[in-house]
Amino acid sequence: MSHPKLAEEFLKDPERAKWHDETLWIVRKNRDATIQQIPEWEELRELGSQIKDHTLSKLDFYLEELERKATENGIIVHWAENAQEHNEIVGKILEEKHCNAIVKSKSILTEECHLNPYLEAKGIEVVDTDLGERIIQFLKQPPSHIVMPAIHLKKSDISEVFHRELNTEKGNIDPIYLTYAARLHLRDKFLNAKVAITGVNFAVAETGEFVVCTNEGNADMGVHLADTHIACMGIEKVIPKREHLGVFLRLLARSATGQSITNYNSHFRSPAPGKELHLILVDNGRTKQLGREKFRNSLKCIRCGACMNTCPIYRRSGGFSYESTVPGPIGSILSPGIDIKKYSSLPFASTLCGSCTDVCPVKINIHEQLYEWRQEITKAQGASLKGASMKIADTIFKNPLVYKLSGKVMRASLKNLPDKLIYNPLNTWGTQRNLPELPKETFQSWYKKNRG
Amino acid sequence: MQITQPHIGLFIPCYIDQFYPNVAIATLELLEKFGCKVSYPLQQTCCGQPMSNAGFENLSKGTTEKFIKDFASFDYIVAPSGSCVLHIKDHQPEIDNLEKNQKYVQSRIFELSEFLIDILKVESIQGDFPHRIGFHSSCHGLRGLRLASDTERNTPSFNKVHFLMKDLKGMEWVSLTRKDECCGFGGTFAVTEEAISVQMGKDRIADHLDKNIEIMVGGDVSCLMHMQGIATRDQNDIKFMHFAEVLNQALS
Repeated sequence: MSHPKLAEEFLKDPERAKWHDETLWIVRKNRDATIQQIPEWEELRELGSQIKDHTLSKLDFYLEELERKATENGIIVHWAENAQEHNEIVGKILEEKHCNAIVKSKSILTEECHLNPYLEAKGIEVVDTDLGERIIQFLKQPPSHIVMPAIHLKKSDISEVFHRELNTEKGNIDPIYLTYAARLHLRDKFLNAKVAITGVNFAVAETGEFVVCTNEGNADMGVHLADTHIACMGIEKVIPKREHLGVFLRLLARSATGQSITNYNSHFRSPAPGKELHLILVDNGRTKQLGREKFRNSLKCIRCGACMNTCPIYRRSGGFSYESTVPGPIGSILSPGIDIKKYSSLPFASTLCGSCTDVCPVKINIHEQLYEWRQEITKAQGASLKGASMKIADTIFKNPLVYKLSGKVMRASLKNLPDKLIYNPLNTWGTQRNLPELPKETFQSWYKKNRG
Repeated sequence: MQITQPHIGLFIPCYIDQFYPNVAIATLELLEKFGCKVSYPLQQTCCGQPMSNAGFENLSKGTTEKFIKDFASFDYIVAPSGSCVLHIKDHQPEIDNLEKNQKYVQSRIFELSEFLIDILKVESIQGDFPHRIGFHSSCHGLRGLRLASDTERNTPSFNKVHFLMKDLKGMEWVSLTRKDECCGFGGTFAVTEEAISVQMGKDRIADHLDKNIEIMVGGDVSCLMHMQGIATRDQNDIKFMHFAEVLNQALS
């Protein structure tokens, strides 16, 4: 289904849609309140943007430096060209360890690679340990938001799931009670997993270390109890120096939730004695995106989700309406690069209001890239029905006489046609909106009379 | 050196010409009240934005070429629409053999409030406007032309239309709960994503109604047309005005 259809479905439950909009708006407001306390916020964004631009311009250099330094630290580094290779590398490590149950903290990359179904098909139990992710895992749903994966669910929905899966009291919607139940359930999973998988927020080329940011400490819990830690990262997550973390860690949490910093920012540099640490560097289309000049800087994204929280369309259509791993504005400029046909409606799911661009902590010009993707998509689609009508429009507007005539015809027909014909089902404008009242003359004819 | 009065070309977006002539008249009269010499080239049509935003920038070359030819001879071009001005500055396709004129037009076109403040250096407008108003900051003017500070960035607070209206007697400028949320018009978005577009418009209107606002004032008639369409269908009692109409009325 296309975005407009799914959005329409979402809006059919107006109460829930309103709740969704308001919930995310609160997150946006919290973010605003925090950044207003940082007088140098705009400078910080500029710094973050420039560091990322620089890194992308020498990505090969920094990736090789990262590999070298990480290897020196005792990390086993793997390269994966695509999702399949990534999954196979993980699968092979698990096989070697005779591991049939793993814990995993939040990683959008493993979502992108569909790692869970791959491992489950091999009979491996995958437990997502982020609370939100565990909830949607019970429901067999993908995340609807990259930072708050279960943001589409209400407390009552979660209570129902937990009653079914964890045998909590029916109808108890107390968040503390429910979280406690999840904690007990997850503790058992943590204790029995020999391998823990995490994502990576930042990998530092200079030191060969990487940083994982969570609020729940679930990444640390998993990693420290397991013998083997596998960290999966997209190649764009590398930054040159450790000191740059001072910029990005300040930007990330404030943009994501309005916190001044994520609760846990854990640095991993070398395996503990007797343990193994793997780092998988995944391309999966990123090099291609790097080669597209107009869309290159979409790779600067630090996955804070601020563009989703601010987007008036995302808030009113929900993450699932995008049908892509990364929803919202940033997803709409990343996804067409993966499959231009499948995701062709996404760049049009925007009014180009530009809020996403101004909220972005690394200054990705998201709305301008949405505009550029529109141009690419219409070219890729060739002559479509809309293309034909746009050609007619150009003919009208470049020819003043035709413009005047068509204006006259339109005006005359609006005046004389019955409402039933004007507000017919083909006229989408008029389904829920009136047309403006017709003035007695155009400005042009007024001007001729009064200033001519 | 003799200073000659600059000659202003008035650009009136196509839908204003057809549906909202009063906004165009107010713009013209307002500029004249500030002593400007203003002409409206009769051959003008459209800036080409509808095609470009729908993904057909390359099909708007004819319209763009025409626009450049119509306006290249003026000292300044002024339009009562942030959206169209932004389009001309940022998204016109490049026209071969007209590069110089195109650059000139792009650098000399101004949205009305920025022209009054940045070029004419208007400091204060005196007059009466005893009404409770809400201001709808249209996105292209707000974030594209920076006609006001937005709530996303940490920058000094300002609003050009507020600056022009601040001294009007009796005017009550009411702050909205969502100061600069988009109204959902978005050109072809209004029909391709009709469900969300209408919902956004309804939410925007509700923000005004909650605060007993009499008149929603804006700088882009396209947004106002969309919301007026919803408000009249829903029989909401709220008026819509372009700020040019407000200022022109207050000055009369």
